[in-house]
Amino acid sequence: MLFAILFYLAFVVMVVGLAYKIYDYARTPAPLSIPTTPAPTTTPGVAFRMAREVVLFESLFKGNLWTWLFGWMFHVGLLLVLIRHLRYFLDPIPAWLVLVQPFGKYAAFLMVAGLGGLWLRRFFVERIRYISTPSDHLWLALLIGVGVSGAAMTFVTHVDVVAVKVFFLGLMAFEIYPLPTHPALLIHLFLVALLMLLFPFSKLLHAPGVFFSPTRNQADRPRESRHLAAWAAQIEKN
Amino acid sequence: MADLEFQIPKFREIAEVPAIGVGAMAHSRPHVANEKIQEALGYQTKLDADWQTTHDKAIGKFGELLGKYRSLKVFMDSCVHCGACTDKCHYFIGTNDPKNMPVARQELMRSVYRRYFTLAGKMFPGLVGAKDLTKELLDEWYTYFWQCSECRRCSVFCPYGIDTAEVTMAARNILDTVGYGQKYTNEILGKINKIGNNLGLPGPALENTLEGLEEDLKEDTGFDIKYPLDVQGAEVLLVTPSADFFAEPHIESLIGYGKVFHAAGISWTLSSYASEAGNFGLFDGDYAMMRKVALRVRKAALELGVKRIVVGECGHAWRVAYAFWNTLSGLGAGAKDPFAVELQKQLDPRHKQPTHICEFTWDLIQQGRLKFDKAANDHRVITFHDSCNVARASRMGDHPGGQFDIPRNIIRAVANKYVDMAPETIREVTFCCGGGGGILTDELIEARIKGALPRMEALKRVVDEHGVNFMAAICAICKAQFTKVLPYYGFNMRLIGGVHQLVSTAIRLGNEQ
Repeated sequence: MLFAILFYLAFVVMVVGLAYKIYDYARTPAPLSIPTTPAPTTTPGVAFRMAREVVLFESLFKGNLWTWLFGWMFHVGLLLVLIRHLRYFLDPIPAWLVLVQPFGKYAAFLMVAGLGGLWLRRFFVERIRYISTPSDHLWLALLIGVGVSGAAMTFVTHVDVVAVKVFFLGLMAFEIYPLPTHPALLIHLFLVALLMLLFPFSKLLHAPGVFFSPTRNQADRPRESRHLAAWAAQIEKN
Repeated sequence: MADLEFQIPKFREIAEVPAIGVGAMAHSRPHVANEKIQEALGYQTKLDADWQTTHDKAIGKFGELLGKYRSLKVFMDSCVHCGACTDKCHYFIGTNDPKNMPVARQELMRSVYRRYFTLAGKMFPGLVGAKDLTKELLDEWYTYFWQCSECRRCSVFCPYGIDTAEVTMAARNILDTVGYGQKYTNEILGKINKIGNNLGLPGPALENTLEGLEEDLKEDTGFDIKYPLDVQGAEVLLVTPSADFFAEPHIESLIGYGKVFHAAGISWTLSSYASEAGNFGLFDGDYAMMRKVALRVRKAALELGVKRIVVGECGHAWRVAYAFWNTLSGLGAGAKDPFAVELQKQLDPRHKQPTHICEFTWDLIQQGRLKFDKAANDHRVITFHDSCNVARASRMGDHPGGQFDIPRNIIRAVANKYVDMAPETIREVTFCCGGGGGILTDELIEARIKGALPRMEALKRVVDEHGVNFMAAICAICKAQFTKVLPYYGFNMRLIGGVHQLVSTAIRLGNEQ
């Protein structure tokens, strides 16, 4: 029951919080054309640049290979793990999801290894140590906690995942079923709920933020079209 | 060279990242603008006597900017402290001060953002690194946001495209608002608003200078190369940094522009009202100020009835002209609103408006309208310094990256000996000269010299390996900065020059061949 309430709350906070943030980014004008050049001159070009940024972390690759490697391992691992987790929310399980299953299982190691690498940098690279805040460490601890507790249920101890699925399908239908009281499961779910609750108030906002970054999402054609924000147009009238 | 109270950085054998030296540049502070300078720009003249008033005004302005600039808002939220930028800033590399790492520089502002504008920072300031805005912190802003040249090198490597230049501009805008302006930048803005150029050179003085130049050129070349001023109905209005009118080596490029116009037979003019391409309004991110400066060019263009606007060799000026003029003053193409159309219907749509002088010259070269004696440059072994604003904030030509290729194409067309510096120090990852973005003032000489280190190292290599004796640049600030800084690193100050200086040397002016 407690977990049901927690997950409803976490879900609402995350969705509403992120929706508000995205709305806030979208309504704030970008008054000047500021892509980091060389930049694409067309909208498809911008989409391609953004795709490279989001999928391959192109800029980070240019910036620091170790950070890129660990960061990319973590994010790809997380993505595969998340896709695999769809099996707890979909019934029946589609065939493609069954195919993903083994990749999703072992991706947990990729994810945790990446996080571990990122965390080591915060201790051993002097510059990164200097810029790290307590919350940077806590986020890594939380994500590693999620990864390790989750992997433990797959590779170490057995949890009644059928009951877990019943619990989540129930939540989606506004019906509450009992959750198995396995410690690894409870830790895992608690940390995930915490992550969802904190998402819109934290640096995890880099996820929506990257799409709104004017240096990456603007096409480079200022001489060909006039770019004018509403508040700037107002100055023109004075 | 005056005696310095600090060490000139040593060239590194291997370009390893320096260990951090906390507080190494904490003493660096530019002169504060006096009341007269601030008043002329409409800014508060000095800090309020009580801190609370300043505090409230600063936070109020911060909030206003967050509502007006998506860049600032998104950049404040998005940083994850990954550290990709930490070793990318020339000021960090040269000074070791960790607050010159882009992320730490931003953090001076982000910590305040968190405290006043985010839930996490209001509730758990210690946990997320949120800080109250104190006088000490505002002083730190003044120290470190005036050790950023807004060169955008860090933004190339940021996985979220966070551009420290945007953050620096916002911080400076807040500082201006509360009466904590920087003397150098704001004094120059006062001059351009009053007289029309950054030097404060009035029309008659400019006319004299240009006449003198014409006479000298007649003597040197035998040709009547003209420097027309305020000529109604000229085809081209040339807007160039005012340093071109008197400073060395800048004037050599001005001579080059005149020769290009002469050889191509294109009528052109300068304007005494808009006798400056530079727009220091950019440096403090004050939109209204930048617009006010930009409107001078619009007015001159309308009054003179010109068909084309060409911009001389100047980095930040080209950023403003290329990327912002269409927005600020309607100088460009593609607009439908009456304000912009008034100017755009006058301009010749067959040409890019505005056009960079390098685009202009390269077009003429491609059309075969200019002839060169390349051997005239044979005493030079040339390299090219990509200026940051041209490289990372603008373009030339039709294709992304034209800003790198076109100046190099011109150099290769007018000279035989050209060599690039190391690839990790040119093109989009070029290192700043160390003097851009409002830093080019004597009292910041320590930051300027130390910030030049990565460029000086790259230069040293091509000097030693290839005998380079000429570094071409297309930026008035780069030219002034290098002229000052090169000797500290053991180079001849005359090693720096302009692309059109090379054009000037090699161009054939008449039928003498």
